[in-house]
Amino acid sequence: MALSEEARARLAPQAAEIIARYPKARSALLPLLHLVQSEEGYVSQDGIDFCAGQLGLTEADVTGVASFYTMYKRKPVGQYHVGVCTTALCAVMGGDAILADLKDHLGVEVDEPTADGKVSVEHVECNAACDYAPVVMVNWEFFDNMTPQSARDLVDGLRTGADVKPTRGAPRLCTWKQASKILAGFPDDQGTEGHTAGEPTLAGLRIAKQQGWRPAGVANSPAEGQQ
Amino acid sequence: MSTILIPELSARWDEPDSFRLAGYRRDGGYQALSKALAMAPDEVIQTLKDSALRGRGGAGFPTGVKWGFIPQGDGKPHYLVVNADESEPGACKDMPTLLNNPHSLIEGMIIACYAIRAKLAFIYVRGEVLHVARRLHLAVAEAYEAGYLGRNILGSGLDLDIVVHAGAGAYICGEETALLDSLEGFRGQPRLKPPFPAVAGLYACPTVVNNVESIATVPYILQYGAAEFARFGTEKSKGFGLFSLSGHVTRPGQYEAPLGTTLRELLDLAGGIRNGNRLKFWTPGGSSTPLFTEQHLDVPLDYEAVAAAGSMLGTRSIQLFDETTCVVRVALRWAQFYQHESCGKCTPCREGSWWVVQLLDRLQRGEGSEGDLDKLLDICDNITGRAFCALGDSIQPSVASSIKYFRDEYIEHQRLGGCPFDPAASTLFALESAR
Repeated sequence: MALSEEARARLAPQAAEIIARYPKARSALLPLLHLVQSEEGYVSQDGIDFCAGQLGLTEADVTGVASFYTMYKRKPVGQYHVGVCTTALCAVMGGDAILADLKDHLGVEVDEPTADGKVSVEHVECNAACDYAPVVMVNWEFFDNMTPQSARDLVDGLRTGADVKPTRGAPRLCTWKQASKILAGFPDDQGTEGHTAGEPTLAGLRIAKQQGWRPAGVANSPAEGQQ
Repeated sequence: MSTILIPELSARWDEPDSFRLAGYRRDGGYQALSKALAMAPDEVIQTLKDSALRGRGGAGFPTGVKWGFIPQGDGKPHYLVVNADESEPGACKDMPTLLNNPHSLIEGMIIACYAIRAKLAFIYVRGEVLHVARRLHLAVAEAYEAGYLGRNILGSGLDLDIVVHAGAGAYICGEETALLDSLEGFRGQPRLKPPFPAVAGLYACPTVVNNVESIATVPYILQYGAAEFARFGTEKSKGFGLFSLSGHVTRPGQYEAPLGTTLRELLDLAGGIRNGNRLKFWTPGGSSTPLFTEQHLDVPLDYEAVAAAGSMLGTRSIQLFDETTCVVRVALRWAQFYQHESCGKCTPCREGSWWVVQLLDRLQRGEGSEGDLDKLLDICDNITGRAFCALGDSIQPSVASSIKYFRDEYIEHQRLGGCPFDPAASTLFALESAR
């Protein structure tokens, strides 16, 4: 794919907005790579060239950065990119079985999109949701406590256009490109929405409330309420 | 039952608008900021020192002391960078904090910037958490609108901007100097220390890098006082923090408690090990900390007692594994994690992690020998202390401790010519189908 002149012209003011956030322009490189990924679905050679041009860097320099970070794809992935956590705890809790099963079910290898371009899968490392293990991410939204069956149902739903909702996160699942745009620093309007506190998040709080253990500040500074 | 849990950061997570400015302010949010702005910046730093808050990102360095290292009157810009790159295996406390109470972080950041005289701050959030990024952007926008960010904040003369910066998938960027290189637009590789970030951090200017939970705790300390915070915890590990229980536990999740609480106390509240199974091994502070077993259930989970018992408190990321789990497999998978995440800058970590994985893989398949165990430990010894940063040092703990406590299990693999465990038995769905 090539980045058209039209696309370059459209992205340039967005790039300028990103660069303006930082005291030094080069700090904008990671968000700029997210930005070109939001346009093409991956970081193409044209995307590298665009970033280099915006920042006055060589293409080699930008390629060196892009290749360091796993979230930048150098080939197209699916519209819905499914990351299965297979770091030790999630692996043991079922992540290994889920990943093997999904690859078999879809007939694809890691990072290889299905023929309809809808779905790709990869293994991801710990995604900071161990209390919901095993965890699967779709375009970086949380799908918690997955099983091989629920993961198969998930990707089938993604391929047939069903209304798939994350367990925790935005009510409307973004496409891969839309998600990259948000990561470039252009959030959509879903921040005010979405369920984010599942049972594990609230586990300790619920017990404390049942036991009448009040927040430390409230419990121990009775004068505070009178101020 | 005496009080065990102290939900403070997590106090309002069950409210539907806990992440909105209005929800945060309802219970006194942003009052601490007004208190701080009425103090001299150095008084704020002293308050943090008096609270004895230690960095909640794992290393446990006193936060107030770190702030105090920033040279004042040096004519250079100062920066605050919040490390929201939570990715230590087992660590899952900062993401729920940011999803459900991002304003505690924003308020803490404003107070911190006032104290260290910074006018620009960054939140470096890992990229693989889309809704967290949204919530941070929303909280920052709300704070600007309310006059907590921007020019002349609350009439104090303080100017401050906050930039939300998403990473792109690299565990190493949780290491503070790698994070700074990444934020400057480079490959996220660690820098030689010294100079420390307090002297030459972001753009070679004085910089404080703090963990999310450390900064989110700052409003509490300003609101209720250093002494009130230091009343909790143990002699040298003051205050409270989030303990994250995951794995084979009946009710995994976040348990906010004073430092020094024991796993036995936490497990009682969490319903014990699933299915009435027996605890086999656990990490007190994530995959970088040596394993504990049942014999460590009563170790007070503070920095000193955990260290005295041979491990590290780290990020209080308690991963629990029951008797269905193969410890060799878990050690292998953690080693594979470090292999995958090694940045390649230094030889001991880059090469050593691959050798460790090869040996563990052979042992797990039952094709190793007892001599491999010695070789494994020898390689680990040659990585630890010789790597450029703490990532390399994190390879050894789980390997060495698993051999220390479960050497027979390693040998059993060799005797059987394979793994004696059924991986299906340790899964979540094994439990569900058993119900």
